[in-house]
Amino acid sequence: MNHTIIALVEDKPGVLNRVALVFRRRAFNIESLTVGRTTEPGVSRMTIVLDSDQTSAERVIAYLYKLVNVLEIEDLGAGPAVARDLALVKVAVAGHDKAQLLRVVDETRAHIVDTGEQTMTLEITGEPPHVDAVIARLEPLGIIEMVRTGQVAMRRGDTALSAQYT
Amino acid sequence: MTDVIRTVHTAGMPTQRTGAQTIWECLVHEGVTTVFGYPGGAILPTYDAMLDYPIHHVLVRHEQGASHMADGYARASGQVGVAIATSGPGATNLVTGIATAQMDSVPMVCITGQVPSHLIGYDAFQETDITGITLPITKHSFLVTRVEDIMPAIKQAFFLAKSGRPGPVLVDITKDAQNATHQWEWDPQPVKMRGYRPAQSASRPELDKAIALIRSSRKPVILAGQGILQSGAMREVKLFAERVNCPVAMTLLGLGGFPASHPLNIGMMGMHGESWVNHAIQEADLLLAFGMRFDDRVTGTLKTYAPHAKKIHIDIDPSEINKNVRADAAIVADLRETLRELLELVPACDHASWLKYIGSMKGESAVRDIQTLPDNGHLYAPHVINDIWRLTGGKAIVATDVGQHQMWEAQYYHHEEPRSLITSGGLGTMGFGLPAAIGAKMARPDAEVWAIVGDGGFQMTQAELSTAAQEGVKVNVAIINNGYLGMVRQWQEFFYERRYAATPLRSPDFVKIAEAHGLLGLRVDKRPDVEGIVQRARETEGTVLIDFRVEQEDSVYPMVPQGAALDAMIRRPEPSALVETAADPI
Repeated sequence: MNHTIIALVEDKPGVLNRVALVFRRRAFNIESLTVGRTTEPGVSRMTIVLDSDQTSAERVIAYLYKLVNVLEIEDLGAGPAVARDLALVKVAVAGHDKAQLLRVVDETRAHIVDTGEQTMTLEITGEPPHVDAVIARLEPLGIIEMVRTGQVAMRRGDTALSAQYT
Repeated sequence: MTDVIRTVHTAGMPTQRTGAQTIWECLVHEGVTTVFGYPGGAILPTYDAMLDYPIHHVLVRHEQGASHMADGYARASGQVGVAIATSGPGATNLVTGIATAQMDSVPMVCITGQVPSHLIGYDAFQETDITGITLPITKHSFLVTRVEDIMPAIKQAFFLAKSGRPGPVLVDITKDAQNATHQWEWDPQPVKMRGYRPAQSASRPELDKAIALIRSSRKPVILAGQGILQSGAMREVKLFAERVNCPVAMTLLGLGGFPASHPLNIGMMGMHGESWVNHAIQEADLLLAFGMRFDDRVTGTLKTYAPHAKKIHIDIDPSEINKNVRADAAIVADLRETLRELLELVPACDHASWLKYIGSMKGESAVRDIQTLPDNGHLYAPHVINDIWRLTGGKAIVATDVGQHQMWEAQYYHHEEPRSLITSGGLGTMGFGLPAAIGAKMARPDAEVWAIVGDGGFQMTQAELSTAAQEGVKVNVAIINNGYLGMVRQWQEFFYERRYAATPLRSPDFVKIAEAHGLLGLRVDKRPDVEGIVQRARETEGTVLIDFRVEQEDSVYPMVPQGAALDAMIRRPEPSALVETAADPI
C-alpha cells in the first residue's frame, strides 16, 4: 500500500543523504521522492511515497523526526489530500496512425510540449492513477522515453504545514 | 610554551583568533578539561594551539582508544567526552568507538581534522569522507569549512551530545578553517536548533493511563534501564518502587541505577539474566519500562515475550516507543520528571505475595550457583569477580570488555552506585574495557577503577597500557584468561557441537607485557591466592595487571539461546554434572 509523507527539512548539504539513510537501513521501499523549495528561505519540502503498511510508515516517521535537520513531518495517509504527478512521455509518431495519438492527447488532457520528426513529447499531469492510465494508453503506440516527477501532495482544507520557528 | 591565552568572557569585545584557537576556546567554555586524541597532518594547527589552553590532552596509542576513553570518561562522569583525531585513518580509527557510543547513548564529541576545503573530493592525501562514513553511527555531524562556522558547530555538537537521548556528534573541520583567523567572541546564548526539540513533557492522558494500569496490576515488574542514570532518576526510581512495592529488574546498562542490595532489586534480566527475573517478566501482568529499549538480548523472541503483561514505556526518544514492543501507555519525556509527576498520583500498593513468589524461585537457582558449589581446586572466573567485588566493597568503577567475563561481572559484581559499571552493551565492542577504564579514571581520579577484560578483548587494545603508563594513571586490569574467545567458544559448545573454530587463543606472557611497560604484572591460578594478589594490586601505585588463569571451558549460565523465549533458559548443570572440567595448562 502506498503511503505519502511530507517532510519539511533544512536546506543544508547532506540532508537528502540523512533522509535516504533512514529508508536504506530499514530497507523501506521508496516509491517516489521529490524535493523542492518552499516559501520559507532555507526550508525544503520532501514528498515521500512509500510502499509500506501503517506500522512501517509509523517507524519511518519516528526515525525521520530524530533527524536534526527535519523540521516538520506530516503523514498524509491520515486524511484527504491533493496529489499530483507529472510525466513527460516521448512517443513514436512514425509508422502508425498519428490521429490515434492525437485522440489520446485530446481525451486525456495531455499537452504536446515538443514535436520531432519521429517523435512527439507529451506532458501529462494529474493524480497518479490518471497519469498511469494515460501512459497505459500510450504504451501500444510506442513509448521511446519517459520521465515522471513522482508525486507531490498537500493536505486539503485550510490547515497548512509550516516550519515557522517557534 | 607561550602564555596561556585567557578566554574571552566579556560580551561585545571580539578578539582575533584562528580557527584552531576557536576550537579550544569553545572547549574551555563547554567545561572540557580533558581530551583524548592523536595528532596528524590535518589537525596539526589545532594541536599547535592546544599548548596555550588549560586542557589536558591524553595521547592514546590508537584512535579507537581515544573514542573509547572519551566514552568511559563520559559514562563515569555524565559529562561529554571529547576525542580528537586527524583526517583519513585517524578519523576512521575512531569509528568503532563512535558506534559503541551511539548504541549505548553516550554523550561524546569527536573533532577530526579534514584536508583543506579546496582538496575535498580530490582524493587528497589522508582524505576520507568521515561525516559520510559516520552518518549512521552519530546522533549528528558537521563538516566545517569556514572559520566562522566553528563555534556554532561545536556549541551545537555539545548541546546535541548531552541533551535528549545523548549520543556521539562528530565535527569535521578543514585545515584551512583551522588556520584562518576571524574576530571572535564567545556567544553565551543557549543553542536553539529548529529541527531539534529534545525537551518534552509527559502528556496527562498517558500519565492517567499509566496510573490506571498500575492500580489494576497484581504482578508488576519495573524494567530499569540506562535512562535512569542519564536522567539522574535514582532517587525517584527508589521512591517509586517502594511506593508501588514493585520488584525491579535491571538491564545490563541499567546496573547501578538501583542499588543491588535493595530488597526490591531482583537482579538482571535477559540472555544471561537471573532465571527468576526472566520467569517473573514472563509471568508479570505489567511491565514498567524505565529508560530501556527492549533490546533483543533482554526480550528473547518477541513472539512470546511477557505475554500477559501490559506495558508502560517511559523513554525520552519517541522512536523507541512501539519499536520492539507495543506500549499500552507511552510517555515520551525525561524519566526523572515523569516519575516525579507519577509520584504525585500513584497510590501505595502491596505486592507482598508476588514478591514472595519471585523470591521462592531464587531458592531453586541457588543450588546451581557456582558460588555455592564446593571448591574443586579450579579457579573459576565468577569466583574471581565475586572476590574482587567483595574486596573492593562493591565500590569500584568497573569497565569491562565483551563476552563471558562481562556477563559474569554483571552477575557477580553487585553495583550499588550509578555510573559504576562501564560496559559496551549495544554494540558489544571487544577492546572497550581497558581504554574505557582509563577514561573513567581520568574523569573520577578519586575512584578505584578496575578493568575486567578477557584475554581476547584485552589484546585488541592492549597498546593503551602504554597510555596508562605515560599518564601515570592507576587502573587495575584483571584479565580473565581462559585461553579461549570464551563466549564464542560457549556458543560453539552449545550450538555447534563443540567444534572450536578459531576460538582457542594463545596469548603472550601478560605479566611480561605489564613489566615491559614498567608496570606491575601479577598472576593467579589458585583461588586462595586471589585475595592477596587483589589487595596487592589495590595497594600498588600505578596501573597493575593481573593475569587470572581461570577454568578454560566454563560457561555463563543461565543462557537464553538467541531467538528463544525468555524463559527457555539453558541452566548450569546440577552440581554432580560439574566434574568434567579440564585443568589443562594454558
